Amino acid sequence: MSSVRVAASKLLWYLKEFTGENDYARYAEHQRIHHHDAPLLSRRQFERRRMDRLDETPRQRCC
Amino acid sequence: MSSPTAVRRFKPREALVWTAVALLGAVAWGIVALVRGEQINAVWLLFAALCSYAIAYRFYARFIARRVLGIDNDRATPAERLENSIDFHKTDRRVLFGHHFAAIAGAGPLVGPVLAAQMGYLPGTIWIIVGVIFAGAVQDMVILFFSVRRDGKSLGQMAREEIGPFGGAAALAAVLLIMIILLAVLALVVVNALAESPWGTFSIAMTIPIAFFMGFYLRVIRPGRVIETTVIGVTLLVIAIAAGGWVQDSGLADTFTLSPETLVVCLILYGFLASVLPVWMLLAPRDYLSTFMKVGTIGLLAVGILITRPEVQASAVSPFASNGQGPVFAGSLFPFVFITIACGALSGFHALISSGTTPKMIQKEAQVRFIGYGAMLTESFVAIMALIAAVILEPGLYFAMNSPAGLLGDTVQSASEAVANLGFTITPEQLSAAAAAVEEETLVARTGGAPTLAVGMSEIFSGFLGGDALRAFWYHFAIMFEALFILTTVDAGTRVGRFMLQDTLGNVWKPIGRTSWKPGVYATSAIIVGAWGYFLWAGVTDPLGGIYQLFPLFGIANQLLAAIALTVATTILIKSGRLKWAWVTAVPLAWDATVTLTASWQKVFSGDPRLGFFTQRATYQEALAEGQVLPPAKDLADMQQVVTNSTVDGILAAVFALLVVAVIADAARTCIRAIRRPDEVTITETPAEPSQVWAPAGLFPTVEEREEMTLAGRGGP
Repeated sequence: MSSVRVAASKLLWYLKEFTGENDYARYAEHQRIHHHDAPLLSRRQFERRRMDRLDETPRQRCC
Repeated sequence: MSSPTAVRRFKPREALVWTAVALLGAVAWGIVALVRGEQINAVWLLFAALCSYAIAYRFYARFIARRVLGIDNDRATPAERLENSIDFHKTDRRVLFGHHFAAIAGAGPLVGPVLAAQMGYLPGTIWIIVGVIFAGAVQDMVILFFSVRRDGKSLGQMAREEIGPFGGAAALAAVLLIMIILLAVLALVVVNALAESPWGTFSIAMTIPIAFFMGFYLRVIRPGRVIETTVIGVTLLVIAIAAGGWVQDSGLADTFTLSPETLVVCLILYGFLASVLPVWMLLAPRDYLSTFMKVGTIGLLAVGILITRPEVQASAVSPFASNGQGPVFAGSLFPFVFITIACGALSGFHALISSGTTPKMIQKEAQVRFIGYGAMLTESFVAIMALIAAVILEPGLYFAMNSPAGLLGDTVQSASEAVANLGFTITPEQLSAAAAAVEEETLVARTGGAPTLAVGMSEIFSGFLGGDALRAFWYHFAIMFEALFILTTVDAGTRVGRFMLQDTLGNVWKPIGRTSWKPGVYATSAIIVGAWGYFLWAGVTDPLGGIYQLFPLFGIANQLLAAIALTVATTILIKSGRLKWAWVTAVPLAWDATVTLTASWQKVFSGDPRLGFFTQRATYQEALAEGQVLPPAKDLADMQQVVTNSTVDGILAAVFALLVVAVIADAARTCIRAIRRPDEVTITETPAEPSQVWAPAGLFPTVEEREEMTLAGRGGP
């Protein structure tokens, strides 16, 4: 049972990393440690900026 | 740190395991290559591939990493040195493997092997496996490594810096041209799969509102919750596929029964919209959908083949391999199998990904083997599975689906006769039954590879999930899966092409280079869409069959790009004093250049009007001058069109080949100078900086890495 749960949590970790869902948490942590006096973007603002950056740097998809 | 020269002795258990892998591989290859006169099981193709990959990854890729490239794990990667959390960003190796694989693997490895199956299963199998081990995976890994050592520079930049301004410019022009042909041919595959099929067209059309909804949900309702959004999207998608069957039987069927010409117009409009709309609306959500569908379906296919263990129906080598008269594409085994199967064995396009985002995200140099070589092996495995899906079909059905409409005629009777003339059998009743089983109007002349693959996949899936009752669902599921990521390639490719064009034109006239200036964005998008749209239109209306005419051009283009990438790699090896190891990229380069230039030569100069574009042009031009109509053309307008198309295609084949010859000649000049005067060579690598981070090299940490990990006092998830 516990091995199933470990596997499931690893899969969830992988999916979150793969889709960039953990990026905001990482950013917030980074800001807290290194720039704690700078204003922190909200999740909404952060995700918007991340997505809008893709407008300028499209991801290449191969055949 | 273990020095590259330290030889580690095999432990007894390790030696035993690798001997077993080698033996299993040898048995599988023996069965695949030598059994004649009776059917073999498709599982042997999988085993031959997997054992070969394992040995190649363990021994050859390791040799290249340690001896040829001189991987240095104490050296910081660009992601570590230039970390900015935007494009330079240290990424877990397993996550990066996923991103890299999702970027390199698309419809190419699914379509090429299906078309090459006209030569039998053996030529394709050998090329996919041997090609990936010695050429494709080597190219991906070596280019990735050289880009990592150069701050993540692109292939074009490396070509300019290593070879010279002329070589660089030729490489850039080749990339843009190749991309346009690639987009046109992939779009053609989609058109052929969706034409006159209301079920398929409805399902694919629904992906657009689904993507808009996902984009809106992610932007406004739940920012950043990608997994949740994708789960909703995939659920809606499966509903859309199931609903397609209902639409087909309803009054809406006519609305979604579109002619190939109408579909072309729709695709061109879609490509333009995708290029000018913000990414969050359409591109990004579709990319999530297609990535998850891709990985899920490929996994399911592997499981399906292992459970159902289908028998291979095609012969090992068909007569078309030697006589060059195959109906799917013209030309004999050499060189055309190696052109038709590009992705899956060797794909130049991958060099753009390996020198794109991946080198900026890799944590450690040692990971180039896992990510560069490993991801390409995985793509090759996808190609083997696609080949299996095609060769488990009755050859009669395969040729009835993949020969051009002009050859097969309009009815099941005429198709059955045409297939008999090719030397295979399928009755009109069998053809009708095969179409009815997947609830399609007809399967005759459904060229492009996607419908064939879908029939093969529905055969495998219905064998263990749902039986005959779900056969039609699985067919349309497979069509959806292919069309979805072909369209993702088309929309992403159009956007990338637009940026390349804006960048190039921006050198001449500043405003057009600005991505915020809307008229510039619209104009350049229209040019790119217009360029691939032209070839798509020409292909769809080509009396000789668009796939028959254009697919070889696509293969030649892709393999010529590989020649450019391998030339850059060889030049770097020689310039950095590694002449004795230059064969690692020079041998695949020599092979690739021979194959591709032979193919271009034949496409341009062959006296056979089926093969040579200009002979074809002359034949039809002469007939046209005398007012004759040569079949499969039906009237004078058709004749004129054949003349125009073969002229354009012939010129394009010649231009591709000349560009690549120019790059290789320029590189040879640079290499000879470097060998003669090694002291004058300038080093283009970024100077080494010590690495402060630690991470395993492969999928699982080795025993030694675990010890280091404990010493370093860090753990990973």
